[in-house]
Amino acid sequence: MTFVINDAQLEVTPRPGQCLRTLLRETGHLEVKKGCDAGDCGACTVLIDGSPVHSCIYPATRADGRTVTTVTGLGTAEHLCPLQESFVAAGGFQCGFCTAGMIVTASALTEADPADLPRLLKSNLCRCTGYRSIADAIAGVRNTDELAGPGVERSGVGRSGVGRSVGAPAGRRVVSGQEPYTLDVAVPGLLHLVVLGSPHPHARIVSIDTAAARALPGVVAVLTAQDAPDTLFSTARHESRLDDPDDTRILDTVVRFRGQRVAAVVAESLAVAEHARRVIEVEYEILPAVFDPETARSPGAPKLHADKDDVTSRIADPDRNVAALLHGEYGDIAAGLAEADVVVSGRWQTSRVAHAQLETHATVGWLDDDGRLVLRTSSQVPFLVRDEIARLFELLPDQVRVFTARVGGGFGGKQEILTEDLVALAVLTTGRPVQYEFTRTDEFTTAPCRHPFRVDVTLGATTDGMLTAMQVDVLTDTGAYGNHGPGVMHHGCHESIAVYRVPNKRVDAEAVYTNNLPSGAFRGYGLGQVIFAIESAMDDLADRLGVDPYQLRRLNVIRPGDPLVVIQPGGADLIFGSYGLDQCLDLAEAALRRGNGVEPPSGQQWRTGEGVGLAMIATIPPRGHFSEAALAVDADGRYTISVGTAEFGNGTTTVHTQIVASAMNTQACRVSIQQSDTDGSGYDTGAFGSAGIVVAGKALLTAASALTSVLQQRCAVRSGLPAGRWAPYPDGMRAGDRSLSFAELVDAGQPLQATGRHDGDPRSLAFNVHGFRVAVNTVTGEVRVLQSVQAADAGYVMNPEQCRGQIEGGVAQAIGSSLFEEMIMDGQGRVTTSVLRNYHIPQLADLPTTEIYFAETHDDLGPFGAKSMSESPYNPVAPALANAIKNAIGIRPYELPMSRDRIWRLLRR
Amino acid sequence: MTSVVSARTRADLAGLNASTAVLAGGSWLFSEPQDHLSGLIDITTLGWEPVTVTEHGLSIAATCTLAEVAATEQQPGWRAHPLFFQCCTALFGSFKVWSVATVGGNICSSLPAGPMTALGCALEADAVIWKADGTDQRLPVADFVTGNATNVLGTGDVLRSIEIGWPALQSQTAYRKIALSPLGRSGAVLVGRLAADGTFVLTITAATSRPVQLRFGALPRLSQLDAAVAEVDQWFTDAHGAADWRRAVGRVLAAEIATELAAGAR
Repeated sequence: MTFVINDAQLEVTPRPGQCLRTLLRETGHLEVKKGCDAGDCGACTVLIDGSPVHSCIYPATRADGRTVTTVTGLGTAEHLCPLQESFVAAGGFQCGFCTAGMIVTASALTEADPADLPRLLKSNLCRCTGYRSIADAIAGVRNTDELAGPGVERSGVGRSGVGRSVGAPAGRRVVSGQEPYTLDVAVPGLLHLVVLGSPHPHARIVSIDTAAARALPGVVAVLTAQDAPDTLFSTARHESRLDDPDDTRILDTVVRFRGQRVAAVVAESLAVAEHARRVIEVEYEILPAVFDPETARSPGAPKLHADKDDVTSRIADPDRNVAALLHGEYGDIAAGLAEADVVVSGRWQTSRVAHAQLETHATVGWLDDDGRLVLRTSSQVPFLVRDEIARLFELLPDQVRVFTARVGGGFGGKQEILTEDLVALAVLTTGRPVQYEFTRTDEFTTAPCRHPFRVDVTLGATTDGMLTAMQVDVLTDTGAYGNHGPGVMHHGCHESIAVYRVPNKRVDAEAVYTNNLPSGAFRGYGLGQVIFAIESAMDDLADRLGVDPYQLRRLNVIRPGDPLVVIQPGGADLIFGSYGLDQCLDLAEAALRRGNGVEPPSGQQWRTGEGVGLAMIATIPPRGHFSEAALAVDADGRYTISVGTAEFGNGTTTVHTQIVASAMNTQACRVSIQQSDTDGSGYDTGAFGSAGIVVAGKALLTAASALTSVLQQRCAVRSGLPAGRWAPYPDGMRAGDRSLSFAELVDAGQPLQATGRHDGDPRSLAFNVHGFRVAVNTVTGEVRVLQSVQAADAGYVMNPEQCRGQIEGGVAQAIGSSLFEEMIMDGQGRVTTSVLRNYHIPQLADLPTTEIYFAETHDDLGPFGAKSMSESPYNPVAPALANAIKNAIGIRPYELPMSRDRIWRLLRR
Repeated sequence: MTSVVSARTRADLAGLNASTAVLAGGSWLFSEPQDHLSGLIDITTLGWEPVTVTEHGLSIAATCTLAEVAATEQQPGWRAHPLFFQCCTALFGSFKVWSVATVGGNICSSLPAGPMTALGCALEADAVIWKADGTDQRLPVADFVTGNATNVLGTGDVLRSIEIGWPALQSQTAYRKIALSPLGRSGAVLVGRLAADGTFVLTITAATSRPVQLRFGALPRLSQLDAAVAEVDQWFTDAHGAADWRRAVGRVLAAEIATELAAGAR
């Protein structure tokens, strides 16, 4: 068939039943993204004769004779169309994976449409932004600072240093579909890998017959446990590999959840691989399974990891299915409760939540010319992946290269080895390039999800509002494997509890194995779940005491100088580098008092209420987070950053260029970056725990200082003036009216480079307070947000628009998991919500615009006084919403999501 | 998948069997793995006129897209006309999916939340089926869908069209949809139809495992209607709402519909 694509004629023969998306990508149109392959997310949207369609559900043959336009057809990075320019100017993306489809869809909207935007964009899902900046882009609102223009290039740091809303360096490529993501690369001779998953939640594999599969033409290898290293590891990755239990094998002979890998097929095409998968015969011995964590830790429950050694695998108690535990007391809890005039308690439950990053997990791997294993992967932690892959396959770290392109969303879900190990095995087995790409259903059914927590909280206080006792009991379901279970449990019980000054505290927490899919790292890393319970209980306490909820918090939160106590005073590595919690409480309260003029819906069935919640977070993960950055300058005054941390929409790349612009008194447009490549920079622990700015950025700032010193020394030698009198400017170095150009200071072709390190210690504290005013429909259970405000203590805000975007994105995800999102299990370990249309992540229509306020603080530790602000905005949202609903209807919701049917049921009780 | 045949005549449909399925818009078929299929027969190449005004009313071809349904022009006396667009908005997919998804595909998928099922039932449409044996069969759309994702079609049968009579088109209608989120996949879609002769039919879809219709000789009192809705026993639970909530909001929306129609009739 023949059709026109972006003004070029294309003649091609589609395979029977092929969809247009795969055809377009196979013909080099990598700007057409795969988000779901089910018509739900819109990332693959193209125009057919000017009309937008989801190319993943469009039969390829129907393009015959038509004109197809992709986002690159609308405009290229060099010649953007006005709408693409608007997306750049508005900063209307974060990871950018949805952006191509978003822009193509928006390009088809007519002038009359803006008011109808929620309906028209309901099939375009963005998991990062919360949509405000996307709506701004469509409306033509500029949010980023204008950098181009006459005079700007020569004007020094000007508009591109820290403190300015600089746009993402990749912006023009992202909006034109020309920024490559993980699989946006053509690899000759590529093989495709698919996994046969277990149909049983717990079984021993008795035998696998792969003969029929191997016999199929095009099948190159069928891999089973006997082909893989027998080394135990954890899919979770941390700076210290000892943080996570070694309880997992690449391919095991016992499967512990539905969908767990049984075998992998490597074939010349995806279709052949899938065909081969269907003819593998497996004999299972079905083992008893357990799906409820309370049952799982009770006597008589089937044991999932009793075959492991508790010490070498680092499992707290394999005989009770307990992966990790924390039991302890500070002060005397019984005395604290006895002393209290008022005691409140409750049991809260959170649900499983899927990350739903628009880019699914994927790795493409090959052997380079030197025979080294190369993995191009969708990961937040390339260095940690390299080290563990090397360990698993008994290679030296320098025999493995791991790198990422721009990553299409992370949220913690890519701090995990889910595809890299199988691709490594397949590449090492076949010697050929291999690709393994998760389907959207793989994401929902096998990728680790947010841990469901059951949290019991008891609080005691005297009539004057002072807390006397805080007792917290936590039970988390880590699923079939430990991975992030211990870390999430410990972190969940840390800042959430330490934020309150209470003389008597008791914590009992356990992370328990079940035959459900594994849980993993997700924005907030356990804090959101525990904070939901504690902040709800604080609200009940305020109610019972008749004290204003803001005032109750002011009375009891920690202040600089207070010890950080969970079950014992914390160590010296976590300090108050700054403190803005008081300001955050004031800002949120004032904003709600001020109101926003939005009236509740009319009708006697509606009730309104307000609620607040607070959250504290350490700015860096504990026990070391390392980064070694380099900064080089060439004879033309162009800077190159080399840093290991990854860009997945977090915006660290933008801030890194701003740091260099400020430190070197140059413009961000003169700064390029080489990132997230184990061959391309010094070591970096990775992009998690919001460390991209406070660790990697700090390392970079140190590198910039070192580079300045080297330049100063050279100037001193050349000029005879003291080194300290020389300072950088865009074209070189200056001392008074004397100057030396970079061409005079740096040899052509030999950039001058300096490095800087940061070890993530000590760590500071950041704060967030969220407030809601809501209306609740008492006959349908609908919750309508009338006003949403978040006050954040981010220290010095290096890029206000980006930081606002991170907060909005966190709030959006938190509203999603507070009101809509729930992975529904069938009670037998099966995820029933396995596609996006059955798992509702927020659409544009679902989200209010959140007012964002920044506390004015300056951190002693972070670069330029900045603090991390990516995970923490999520954490206070659910309790603030629950408290507002309670305030409206007089009944407390104890369970997430607070879906319409649940709220309705509360009202009927 | 080894073959896709573009049908030109009814005879081309003879190839339909357990492993060869009908392809219409493709928006559902392409949205899920179809490992059991090796062939498709494309019926969009049969050249069926999407919407035809006949002496009896309106004939909508199975291959008519939702976009075409939504854009159907108002004709004198069609008081039910707003329902065409309203029902399209109940589709989970946006306007982009409307331009490929078909009326026939939506009804034949027979999902409880199928908005074309709601439209067809509410307007008392007949489904015209081209049977595999060469005969035609005609039955109400409400009887076509027999359960959650099941219908009366046998192997080789193809839905040809749905046909709406004048009395239904001339009725006054009221439409309500609710989901667990503002524009989410439908938890309940209810349509009330008040005919010129005063008879009233309430159609419940999305909340029940198959369409439910409650008929009254005249617009009932709210209490009478509420009692009838409360007695419906086919509410079901899935990710888009629990059965008890669906029953409750069904009662709320039914009352709103009756109130709206009563106001319009005055």
